[in-house]
Amino acid sequence: MIEVRHVSKVFTTMDIGTVTALAEVSLTINDNEFFTLLGPSGCGKTTLLRLIGGFETPSTGEIRIDGVDVAGLPPHKRRVNTVFQSYALFPHLTIAQNIAFGLEMLKWSKADIDVRVKEMLALVRLEGYGERNAAQLSGGQQQRVALARALAPRPSVLLLDEPLSALDLKLRKGMQVELKRLQRETGITFVLVTHDQEEALAMSDRIAVMSAGHVLQIGRPEDIYDDPNCCFVADFIGEANLIPGALLGRANVNIVTIRPERVTVGPGDAPAARIAGTVAEVTFIGPDTLYDIGLKDGTRMRARVRGDRGRFHAEEPVTVHWPDEAERELAS
Amino acid sequence: MSGGTPVQRPIQGFDWRKTPGLGVATWVFLAFLYMPLFVLVVYSFNANNLVTIWTGFSLRWFVKVLHNPDIRDAAINSLVIAVVATILSTLLATAAALALERGRNFRGFGTVNGLISLPLVVPEVVVAITTLIFFSSIGLNLGLGNLIIAHTVFCIPFAVLPIRARLKDMGGAYEEAGRDLYADEWRLFRRVTLPLIAPAIGAGGILAFVTSLDDFLISLMVSGPGTTTLPVYVYGMMRLGVTPEVNAISTLLLVLSVSLVVLALLLGRRARSRD
Repeated sequence: MIEVRHVSKVFTTMDIGTVTALAEVSLTINDNEFFTLLGPSGCGKTTLLRLIGGFETPSTGEIRIDGVDVAGLPPHKRRVNTVFQSYALFPHLTIAQNIAFGLEMLKWSKADIDVRVKEMLALVRLEGYGERNAAQLSGGQQQRVALARALAPRPSVLLLDEPLSALDLKLRKGMQVELKRLQRETGITFVLVTHDQEEALAMSDRIAVMSAGHVLQIGRPEDIYDDPNCCFVADFIGEANLIPGALLGRANVNIVTIRPERVTVGPGDAPAARIAGTVAEVTFIGPDTLYDIGLKDGTRMRARVRGDRGRFHAEEPVTVHWPDEAERELAS
Repeated sequence: MSGGTPVQRPIQGFDWRKTPGLGVATWVFLAFLYMPLFVLVVYSFNANNLVTIWTGFSLRWFVKVLHNPDIRDAAINSLVIAVVATILSTLLATAAALALERGRNFRGFGTVNGLISLPLVVPEVVVAITTLIFFSSIGLNLGLGNLIIAHTVFCIPFAVLPIRARLKDMGGAYEEAGRDLYADEWRLFRRVTLPLIAPAIGAGGILAFVTSLDDFLISLMVSGPGTTTLPVYVYGMMRLGVTPEVNAISTLLLVLSVSLVVLALLLGRRARSRD
């Protein structure tokens, strides 16, 4: 279990003064959990990962791993391993030697190391690649070696820093499944850093959405998708309509959010409409049709309607409908 | 040809390689640089006693050089100084490069940074004279030791250059990975950093060796009787008139220096191509 309590990190640089990368962040990551830190670049997610790994020290606050305060513990004294964004496979060692590196540092016996290296190569499906050099492998294979190397010493936590960002789309999808499988099979806590919300939704048990050094919301992917607690989260995860409350006649509500797939479009004279507007654009994308609808104050709204073969056309006045349970009122 | 559609030439931007006369200028330039060396090497194989009159091919001057005990002593001095100064300066340069590239930012970083490369820009005659004055004012008289100390100092910046470049090039990721995989500082250095910068250390060492071997001004000032280095000895011979023997020594030194520098370049390239 990782407990992060009121952790802040302030960097001091020569030219731009101080930068607050993390502000009073608190969260708990459970054992055997696939936990994701999700946010745009510069939100502090990588800083938080590096704090857990021991590559940075918090300015204030405390981090506990399995109940132990790790303040002042250097990376080599933490039962935490990292899969680096660049993989950082040692170019002067073979694949097998790369995987054995951590075990040698932990003073495992030669026989145990050999067994474990074989086991890890099998786990990441690279049997027979042990004697090659990293440069001879493809990006996806290097990625798997990096995983094997980090998992070999049986850490209690595995940190993954944007591990899939260097792979092409098809490989990325495959590796998402692979990572899920590895996490299930090893039972090790995975902490993933990513800016890709689809990746986060697909793989995580829980997600922490971060922005500008703050954690905005923590929850299961479904909860975060269905029940965002602020505009940033609603907008960052999936697609969201953000409609000013005043436009819906709710003066005391700041913003109302609805997912485009929960919105239906009706003819301009349909009764019991939420709001009226004009179709600005119609996009046919196969199973669904996207309607961009201009509301009266200029706010754009998107509806994603299943099976609708362009029932409405651009410039046509329409009404917009959604069920009560599909909307959320947001204060900010 | 006539009647065919005109070939559409692709439109190109200005290409300096297509400047008229560039080829000729380049050859003139190269000749200006290398003709003297070429003449020197050719005449080292001259059979005649006079340097400038070619009579036929011979290796007699090389034989003569190898049998001249004074030249042998000077060559041994030069080699001893170069080897010891190379080892010392490369060790110090490695430590300096690690401190500058991997150490914590400390007060006076800029000053140290500047001081390390200062010998590259200070006129050598100034270094030579101040070294001589320094040694005599503190009464240091270690014979070859004085030369070794002086050479170690001016070799450091040459050795630092490739090692620092390599450390900067490879970034901190490998070392972070090593730390992450339970390597403490010493084992991290031995198992990760050192093997990765070894080719650069080799390249730095070779540069230091060549710099030391070719040095004349500082050696002239600091050397005394019995500690004459090869370049200083050659200079002494020249004062009695240029003999083909000088050509032969120069050719030997030239071949040694050039092959070492090529080796240093190859080492540097191998280090880069590995990641």
